[in-house]
Amino acid sequence: MSQFHEAFFEESFEGLEIMESELLDLDIGEGDVEIINTIFRAAHSIKGGAGTFGFMNVSEFTHVMETLLDEMRDGSRDVTQFAVDSLLQSVDVLRTMLEAARDKADVDEEMVASRYAVLEGILKGEEAGAAAAPVATAATPEIEASAPASAGGASGWVIDFAPHPDLLMAGNDPVRMFRALSELGELSVDVDLEKLQPLTELTPEDLYLAWTITLTGDAAQADIQEVFEWVEDECDLTITPLSGEQPVSEPVVSVPVVEPAPAPAPAAPAPKAAPAKAAKPKAKKPAEAASIRVGIDKVDEIINLVGELVITQSMLDQAGEDLESLAESSPSQEGEAGKANAEILLRLSKGLAQLERNTRELQEGVMRIRMLPISFVFSRMPRLVHDLSSKLSKQIELVVSGEETELDKTVMENIGDPMVHLVRNALDHGIETPDIRAAAGKPETGTLNLNAFHQGGNIVIEIKDDGAGINKEKVLAKAVEKGVVAPDDVLTDDEINNLIFAPGFSTADVVSDVSGRGVGMDVVKTSITSLGGSVSVTSEEGKGSVFTIRLPLTLAILDGQLVTVGNESYVIPLITIIESLQVDRQNINQVAGKAEVYKLREHYIPIIRAREVFGLKDDKRDLHESLMVVVEVDGAPAGIVVDDLQGQQQVVIKSLETNYRKVETMSGATILGDGTVALIWDVNGMVNVHRKKLNRGAVKA
Amino acid sequence: MSTEAPANNDIITGDKSHEDQYLTFLLGEEEYGVDILRVQEIRGWDSVTTIPNAPPFIKGVINLRGTIVSILDLRERFGIESVEYNDLTVVVVLRVKSDEGDKERIMGVVVDAVSEVYHIGENDLKDAPDLGYAINMNYMKGMATIDDKMVIVLDIDHLMSLKDIDELEKSGQGLIEE
Repeated sequence: MSQFHEAFFEESFEGLEIMESELLDLDIGEGDVEIINTIFRAAHSIKGGAGTFGFMNVSEFTHVMETLLDEMRDGSRDVTQFAVDSLLQSVDVLRTMLEAARDKADVDEEMVASRYAVLEGILKGEEAGAAAAPVATAATPEIEASAPASAGGASGWVIDFAPHPDLLMAGNDPVRMFRALSELGELSVDVDLEKLQPLTELTPEDLYLAWTITLTGDAAQADIQEVFEWVEDECDLTITPLSGEQPVSEPVVSVPVVEPAPAPAPAAPAPKAAPAKAAKPKAKKPAEAASIRVGIDKVDEIINLVGELVITQSMLDQAGEDLESLAESSPSQEGEAGKANAEILLRLSKGLAQLERNTRELQEGVMRIRMLPISFVFSRMPRLVHDLSSKLSKQIELVVSGEETELDKTVMENIGDPMVHLVRNALDHGIETPDIRAAAGKPETGTLNLNAFHQGGNIVIEIKDDGAGINKEKVLAKAVEKGVVAPDDVLTDDEINNLIFAPGFSTADVVSDVSGRGVGMDVVKTSITSLGGSVSVTSEEGKGSVFTIRLPLTLAILDGQLVTVGNESYVIPLITIIESLQVDRQNINQVAGKAEVYKLREHYIPIIRAREVFGLKDDKRDLHESLMVVVEVDGAPAGIVVDDLQGQQQVVIKSLETNYRKVETMSGATILGDGTVALIWDVNGMVNVHRKKLNRGAVKA
Repeated sequence: MSTEAPANNDIITGDKSHEDQYLTFLLGEEEYGVDILRVQEIRGWDSVTTIPNAPPFIKGVINLRGTIVSILDLRERFGIESVEYNDLTVVVVLRVKSDEGDKERIMGVVVDAVSEVYHIGENDLKDAPDLGYAINMNYMKGMATIDDKMVIVLDIDHLMSLKDIDELEKSGQGLIEE
């Protein structure tokens, strides 16, 4: 059962996302039927699933939302700002409830109840604080809608239930439905055997029976419909009030009423918004293209195998080349045999060339499986902007482009929070309030642009606002005060702007009137750096700021510098390397007899001997002319001395932890072209171990 | 060699219902057995990539068809005098339950040579006597006698546990080998 639960939760959360994004697309007062339908469907399947799995609170709560949506859809209720906001908040509550159900935790009943009450209130026509909407029409249909329920409730219902023959195929069980009905009241069931085939012609999987059910008791019609909601497309169902005392308004409700085809515009048609609206859903379509749900472990397995294939292929390639050069250097065989050999060789090299091409394409293709469009992250933003702009009383328009740009799922999962932070920052501190904007001669509505595109092997995400920009003087003053820069340092404008990412720059009071007060900006930078990416900002005072995030497309591949220490080759992530240089004796200095520092131009950086860190024998040799890789660790440079530098190459990252454990100095491992394993450095860990050893050495001495 | 095993087994025990198959290997004169269902494969010794600051019994990691697998030397694990690896030296690749218990980890052990496959009935697996500090009792599942030879049956989950390394590292010993 639990695997069904998992699928249910996964689908429900997706459903919530759909509801959220569609609600945000919904224009107040117009109520595009297509959009409401989409929201309704999402809510409906959550309700159905929750009912099946016994999450009654979820199903009840969703039911109220559904009722409200239903009324919006058939035009009997106006799409007001208040209703949409309430629905959005209800989506949040629903998410909390589902999370609680998933984690088997308790849910905040009070919150649910109060939200429930608000929704009920709307249904009853209370529009607390709503923009004065012409709701006069809304009241009438509602009475109509509730009337049959109460009237019918007094006496009972006659249900004609004629399932299609294939009803059982979908796993539906009429007995279960009858049992559910029997809980609603007294049940008497007549079966219709007319269609029943003789045993010889009977298909055991088909259902030939039909029933007439008389339900006495005060059941509501909606409750009865709910029992049949999973089969409504697979049966002919009529529900009639028992006594027939309700003949006028809705004598017969045929059940396929719940999911009609897009109703022929009961809501006001919106010719004005039509072009824009039409374009939006189209842009989203690719994401909804036919897809299958596959476990990420299966994908990773394929990626592994393809990685192996690449190595095998390069081995074969090497062997082919060797064979060729061998044949060239010793043209021993002449005549027919020689010709035949040459021909075989040619075929081999052709085959190898093709293998190489196919392998590369296969690798790229497999990597693409893990790629998802960034719209998964971008889709969180409209809600954020919607909520924040009303909270901050600012008018902000969000413009999103490049949402189809793809990046690795793992990167995606980790970029959401930093992006939310940057967007929040831009709204909070970047874009000004309408009156300030008007005074500055800008349009009252500020614009926030989110843009994503591919550049080289990276994905670039831009977050651009047309707000106040960064106040450089204040930032510089604060940086000097905080000791981030020296007072006499000469910095370019860009350098000053990027000071907001410096650790220790986070204070609440600083430059609070401009974009980027620096709160948590170092955290943003740290999390982006840990993904192997970078973030920078350009800004023009009065015009706005642009934050640019640059990320690798995938965490599975890394650009590395190969180095040798002892007998082993290691990979240093290229992104951490500032430069590589040859050590000059004159620049080496000792500190306290133990630690070594290197004078690199104007700065002193610690020298870290890789051999020492790895516990290898180090002859304490003179470092003169040895090779040093300068890396950045927590924003500060450090020089790591290695035995030799080899080439740079792209490597596939593999976990050491899967079959071993975390190694402090290493972030993972990779397989080199010759099939051997090379470990990938974690330069932070290298520095940590170096410090530990230094400390211990100092204690010993 | 597996064809002989059932014959052996009939002599040892009449009870066939509770018996498991064990792969045995040699460390010097001693014969050790592991549950054969945990053996993934047996491969010849090949060079490894060493892991900096790892304890001596962790020889390093190899590329096993795209997966990084760590290799443990059983002689060094037991503190038996090590011998030079030769043509017979093999790596037995085992599926081990990780310390957290919920995942499987693939690890290789270096042994002198593989020996036999035996059926050993549950009743024939005797508790090992307490040997004090000679060997950690947790590593042993029991002992069995086969053809007058003693076979030490290992509990590989405990044997291959990396908790010891964590403790070593915490105490700072794992870092420095001077």
